[in-house]
Order: sequence, then C-alpha cells, then structure tokens
Amino acid sequence: MKVKVLSRNPDDYLRETKRDIHKVFRNYNPVLHPFEAPREYLRALNATKLDRVFAKPFIASLDGHRDGVCCMCRHRKKLSSIFSGSCDGEIRQWNLTNRQCIRTLQGHTGFVRGLTCSADGNMFISVGDDKTIKHWNTDALSEGRDFPINTLVTKSLYTGVDHHWTEATYATCGQTVDIWNLERAEPIRVYKWGMDSVNSVRFNPVETNLCISTVVDRSIRLYDIRAAVPLNKVTLKLKSNVAVWNPMEAYVFTAANEDHNLYTFDMRKLDAAVNVHTDHTDAVLDVDYSPTGREFVSGSYDRSIRIFPVLSSGKSREVYHTKRMQRVFTVRWSADNRYILSGSDETNIRMWKARASEKLGMVTPREKAATVYNDKLKEKFAYHPQVKRIARHRHVPKSIYQAMKEKRLIKESQRKKEQNVRMHSKHGSVPRVVEKKKHIVTFQE
Amino acid sequence: SPGRMKSSEEKYNSAVKRAARYELLLTEEPGFLETEEGEESWSIDQRTIADAADIASANKHFELKLNQFGPYRIDYTRNGRHLLIGGRRGHVAAFDWITKQLTCEMNVMEAVQDVKSLCIGAFSCNLYRFNIELYTNRDVKMQCILSWVDYWVHYNFMLYNLFVTKRNQHGFLQYTDVSIGNIVSTINTKGGRLNIMCHNPHNAVVLLGHHNGSVTMWTPNQKEPVVKMLCHNTAIRALAVDQCGNYLATSGQDRKMKIYDVRMFKPLHSYQLHTGPSNLCFSQRNLLAATCQNVVQIYKDPCVQEHPYLTHRLRLPVEDVAFCPYEDVLGVGGSDSFVSLLVPGAGEANYDAFESNPNRSKKQRREWEVKALLEKIQPDMISLDPMVLSKVDHVSMERLRKDKEERMGFVEETAKFEPKHKNKGRSKSGNVEKRKQKVHGATIREQIKEEMKAKREKLLKAEESSLDQIAVVDNQTGDTTEF
Repeated sequence: MKVKVLSRNPDDYLRETKRDIHKVFRNYNPVLHPFEAPREYLRALNATKLDRVFAKPFIASLDGHRDGVCCMCRHRKKLSSIFSGSCDGEIRQWNLTNRQCIRTLQGHTGFVRGLTCSADGNMFISVGDDKTIKHWNTDALSEGRDFPINTLVTKSLYTGVDHHWTEATYATCGQTVDIWNLERAEPIRVYKWGMDSVNSVRFNPVETNLCISTVVDRSIRLYDIRAAVPLNKVTLKLKSNVAVWNPMEAYVFTAANEDHNLYTFDMRKLDAAVNVHTDHTDAVLDVDYSPTGREFVSGSYDRSIRIFPVLSSGKSREVYHTKRMQRVFTVRWSADNRYILSGSDETNIRMWKARASEKLGMVTPREKAATVYNDKLKEKFAYHPQVKRIARHRHVPKSIYQAMKEKRLIKESQRKKEQNVRMHSKHGSVPRVVEKKKHIVTFQE
Repeated sequence: SPGRMKSSEEKYNSAVKRAARYELLLTEEPGFLETEEGEESWSIDQRTIADAADIASANKHFELKLNQFGPYRIDYTRNGRHLLIGGRRGHVAAFDWITKQLTCEMNVMEAVQDVKSLCIGAFSCNLYRFNIELYTNRDVKMQCILSWVDYWVHYNFMLYNLFVTKRNQHGFLQYTDVSIGNIVSTINTKGGRLNIMCHNPHNAVVLLGHHNGSVTMWTPNQKEPVVKMLCHNTAIRALAVDQCGNYLATSGQDRKMKIYDVRMFKPLHSYQLHTGPSNLCFSQRNLLAATCQNVVQIYKDPCVQEHPYLTHRLRLPVEDVAFCPYEDVLGVGGSDSFVSLLVPGAGEANYDAFESNPNRSKKQRREWEVKALLEKIQPDMISLDPMVLSKVDHVSMERLRKDKEERMGFVEETAKFEPKHKNKGRSKSGNVEKRKQKVHGATIREQIKEEMKAKREKLLKAEESSLDQIAVVDNQTGDTTEF
C-alpha cells in the first residue's frame, strides 16, 4: 500500500528572516479563481473612480509676461526650454524644470505674431507686427548679448513663421507664403494664390518638404516647397485658425476651425475628413499634436483646453479649465509626451499634465505594474455603462456647460428638421451627407 | 476592424497558453492512496494510513474527546488554517488545528445551532434560537443581530459577496451583508420548513432542499426560485455542490444518493445506501464525504465508482462533516468528539496566495481583507452564469438599435450577412470579420455596377428618344430620310 498525504514543508513556504519578503505562490487554475468577470469589473470600476480622485492636472503657472501670451514655440532639441511671445512684443525663454524665466527680450514693438526654433536648436526666429523678422542666436544670448543677430525689415505684415525640420529654411505667411533661406534677405520662393491673407504656416516634420497654410478664404492649402505651384487645397465652411501636421503619420493634418470643430484630414484624399472633433463651444484657436501622434491638444476661445484622440469617436478625452485662465491663444504639447503648456490672454503660461491622474516622479515597479493593470482594466470595461459614466464625468464651467446644452439642442432640432423635410419630399431628393463630408465645401487638386 | 481583433485574439491565446504553462512551476503534488492486489481501499483504517504517512501528516490525524457539551458543528476557515467548533450546549472554540494552538474558547450560555467562520474582521458567528452573534477572535462579542421572526436554522457564508444566508422554519430565506450589516433581501420561499441549505461556490446561488424532494435555487434578486429540480421522491436529507459548480450531490429519505450535473440539471448517477446520508460534503478535488448515522464514507469519483474510497466508523452519530481546504484532511464533528481524518488526495496541492494563503502573516491578512471588501460582489451581479458580465449583451444591443431606428427614422441596411460557422479554427472572430467585410464589399460593388448600368441605360434612352424626335420632325415635313 502506497500512501502519500499532502504535507507542506514550512521551510519552503515561510520566509527565512524578517528582512525577506513573504513568499507568494500562484496557481492560475481558474477553479481557484471564481467570479473572475464580476471581480474584474469591480476592479475596473474602482480603478476608474480612483482615476477621477487623483485627477489633478494643473502643475504650475509661469507668470512674468505683462500682456497676453499670443505665441509659443518648443525648443526642437531641448525638453526643458520654451519660448513665448506676448502682445506687447516681449519674448521670454523659460526653463520648465525650474519653472523660471531664463531671459526676457524686447523683441518687437507690437504683437509677436510667430516664434519658431531652428532645426539644430541654435537659433530662433520671431516675427512681429512691426513688419520685421528677427533671428536670434541662443549662444549669443547666453553670453549676454541681448539683441538679434539679424533683423529683416519687410514691406508687408507677417502673421506666422515656421522653420523647416532639417534644412536651414523657414517659411513666413502674411499676404503670401514666403520661403526664406537663413542667409538671404529676400524670400527664395513666394506662393501667391488669390488676394487673401494667410493665417498660419507649418512644415511637415516627417515629409519635410511639405507645408500647410490656412487662408482667410476658409481654405487650407498644401505646398511642396520644391515645386513653384501650390499642391492642393480644401475649403471648409468657416476659416481655420491653424493647421498642424501629425508627427507620426506623414499625410495627416488637423485644422482648428472657427466653427468650434477640429478636422483631421488625409492629404491624399481631401474630399472627406478622417475625423471631425467636436466638443469646443467657441472658436478653436490653436492645436498641437502629441509626439506619439495619437492625440492632440486644442485651445479655444471658450477658455478651455481639450485633449482629443485622433482616431476615436471625435469627442474629447479631457477638458482643462481654470477660473483664472481666459482666452487660450496657444497650446503646446511637450516633447516627452507628459506636459501641456497653454498660453492665454491673462499673461500666464500654464503647465498641465497630459494625463491628469498620472503620478509624476519616482514610480516603484510595483506601482507601475498596478498602474498598467488598472489602465488595461479600464480599457477592457470601458463600454459598460457604469464605468463609462464615471470615466466621462468632468466638471466644466457654467458658460461652457450651457453652451454645450444649447449646441446639442440646435443639432437635434436641425436633424429633426432635415428628417421631416426628407420624409415629405420626393424619395432621394434630399440625400444623406456623411458628417465627415458635410463641412467641406470644395476641394481642389 | 478585423486586424485589431486578430491581434487581440492572438494576445488572449498567448496569455492562456502562458497561464497553462505555469503548471510546470507548481511545486506540490496531490496525495494518493494506491492499494495492492487483493486489498481494498475502504478496508484500510486511519491508523494504518497514519503509520504509513510521514510524521507531519500523522499529526494531522487526531481526535478530541468533547463529551460534555453536546454534538459539535464545525467549520474550517477558508485558508484551511483555523478550525471553529461549536457544541450544542454552548461551547465554542477556535483553534489552529495544525499547531493545536487555541485562539479563543468560551461558553456562550445558550444553545448553539451552527457556527461559521467569516474570515473578515469578526472571526466567528454563532447562531442561536433567535439571534446571530458575531465574535471577534478575542472573545469579544461584536454584534447581536436580533430577528423578530422565529428562529433561524443553519446558515451559510459566501465569501466573495460577504453574505450570510439564513433559512428558518417558516420558509424564509434572508441574505445579510456582513460587512455593512444590512439585510439585502428576504425571500418567502413558500416551501415550508427549510431544513437543508447549501450554496454553490461557483455562482453563489443558494440551493434549498424541501420535504417533497425538490431542490430549488435562489438568488437575492428574484422572489421566485431560479431553478426548481425534482431530485427525490421523498424528503431531501442533505445537499452538496462541488467547488467548480459542476456536480450536485443529494441524498433523500429513500436511502438513495444521487449525483446531478448542476449546469444542465441532468441526473448522472444514483447510489443505493443503507440509509440516506445526513451530511454531504465535496472536497476541492471532488471527493465526496457522506455520513450515514455514525459511519463516514468517502467516495473518490462519485460519478464512476460504486464503492467508497475510505470509510471510518465513530462511536456515536455524526453531526457535521467538512473537508479542510488545501489539506488532505476531513474534519468530522460527532456527538461527543471531533475527529480529524486523513484522506489522501482530498485537498488542492497548490494554493494561490492571492486567493487564500494558509501561511499568511497578519499584514497579508489585513491586505487581503481590504482587497476583499473592495472587490465585494454586489447582489445584483449574482446569477446562474457568473461570467455574464464578460459576454456580449445582445438584449441591450437590440433595444439600442430599435431606439436608433426610431430616432433616425430609417431602417438600416437589412439582410445582414451571417457567415456560416466553420470548424477547425476557421471561425475566429478576425476571420469572421474578414468574411463579413468581403461580402459587404461585394454588395457595394454590385450596387455601384447596377447604378452605372442604370445611368448608361438612361443616357442611351435619352439619345434614342432625341433621335426619334428628329426622325418624327422629318416625317412631318415630308422627308423620309432616316438616320
């Protein structure tokens, strides 16, 4: 007769000394883990609730400017440095780790309309209402010489500037889109199409010869700087303030429009938007992409900042607002994907977390594992009504809340009216237009 | 999109494989008892087994002579470490049965019907004639749950919901949440005096055995039984459900013991014994313990074998029987003693420390308690299928689709294509989606073809009609030239 009775040797199961960690044994047999689905669901619910508890996105406010901040640019090589220009012509360079202003320069007499950093990071260029373009050298500035190395006085007003991502070229926009070389005093190429002024210009970080501009005649125009003629354009119903390229996908750009929406387009197929992002209740003034290319942040005239995912439904993931923050003129996403900077009308630049409940600072491996697990749980149960309700819940200022309600009502009544018209007219005479095509007026190759 | 679904399916499959491969790392093997030719396992008595096993196991076989305080009801804690015994005449004791260290002992000066260890905060819960009392592990009486209805007979503790369910002689079933202390629901079962109750650890439904031989299953959400099964022609004497929620063992006054498949509600096996067992208990590895008066019989594969695996005879009738989790031990509460029997192969060899850890420290217990409270399953999640939350909710989807149709005022494209189910792995969701999209593309192409055809025909028709008109004009003027 052979007998074996289960007996566990305590030496294998208990820790040897007080300083050791406890021994933990796992058995993944599902029989030992009953109620998997309800328990996971409850864990997801708790994770969502804790996410809301720990959502404290505001980090710091950088103050120092004496007039509204109207443009900002990131340093293309350093994470901790940004330049900001204000409406009284002052340009400041900030150190984000110390949250202090490194230097102040009286750049222009009038608005600073555009700021951009060169590809190698040595230089930055500013453009202002006094019809000048100024080149500044950061090495020279750090030695104490507080003046630009180059000033170009031009005939027309410029409203924006952007530097090429690899070469020593930059583009300005005003009456026309001009491509400049750093050594020349005259633009090497001028793109002119109609008599309308151009709002903004941006170079493509991936396909570096493409650039995009938004024009006052409600169109968005694409250029290849190797060609003499603009590429193509798409016209929307209202004018776009800024159009920005996706840093990961070469052909995708997002335009921030005056009709409270943002439109993501694929350059190769301009007859329909890839996505229409609604949620703002006033004109969207600035957009910036996250370095991952999956999300972007937008600042709007309605005093709020919203973060949108590029490919999902078109609703915002997050909204940031403060009582003290007035009209947001410019937003930037930091290059390490963690922070968002917003420059607004009341002279402050605010630093926010990109993910509101993220823990900054040292995270132990166990904490990290728990965070990753919770994120996956939230993603898995995201469509359950209770979890969705809690995850979606945001407090929003009263003006925005009322405006959203009104917009919803307007949209619903328009839909009903269209439905009635369709029901009472000849079959097929009132065609259905997809939302993504509805806002486009024309497009041209 | 089919690509995303395919990648998520791959991830899921690889996770399942990795979890299954973890079995290689399990350290312990379950116990066994192999008999030689001519020797029958049921004739082997406990002393022989204890002699043949090692010393640590031999110590697990002991007998406590407790002849003063009446028949004892017993309960093991969930991690199999502590044992709680309660005698009918009021003696209640809790101790670590491996080290024989007494945690607390008292006489509550009242008749004790049943004891259950709660595993959270309060250590034990005793049931008397009218009320339930909760005791911490330091003999401190925590709370006295009085009830105005006549006395409750036996109760059950469900771990993941932290409920205590009680049944009484008037046919009422009551669920109480022990962590908060509120009564979740009281159900009038209308089945007469409820003597027999057990709960299904897999999906937390309560099974009640009635005097007409039927077994009913209850959830706190419904006032009606979820399932009603007729198991015996006579009154039911005992019920037990195994850990996976697969098998239901019932015994009746007609001296039969039957095994049912509790998911399909089908009978599997039927034994005829000399009396109907008064206590039934399943172990973690699906061994079934049945007590007939003063004999304890243990069956190894209840669906297959006819003869018991082990037997043990006590002097006086048996009151209660319970398998110790994660150990090869069966505790028997008798009329004047408590006996701990060795049953090789009863307990699960490898425990999962995050579920229940027999070797846990105080800190680990506290952490576990907090996590258990956070993950406490709400009563409205209890149903016959515990995994219903992870399944697609077809009912709501239909309802939403109908609402959308009403709102939009049109019916979406009908004649949805449902691809035929294929075997051998060709019906994975990614492949199904691909097939659907192929058909969708084909229908669109056909539609476009038809439209183009219609347009072309229209154009041709227009041309023809214009040509006809010209010919007619000519005829009118008299010329008969034709084009």
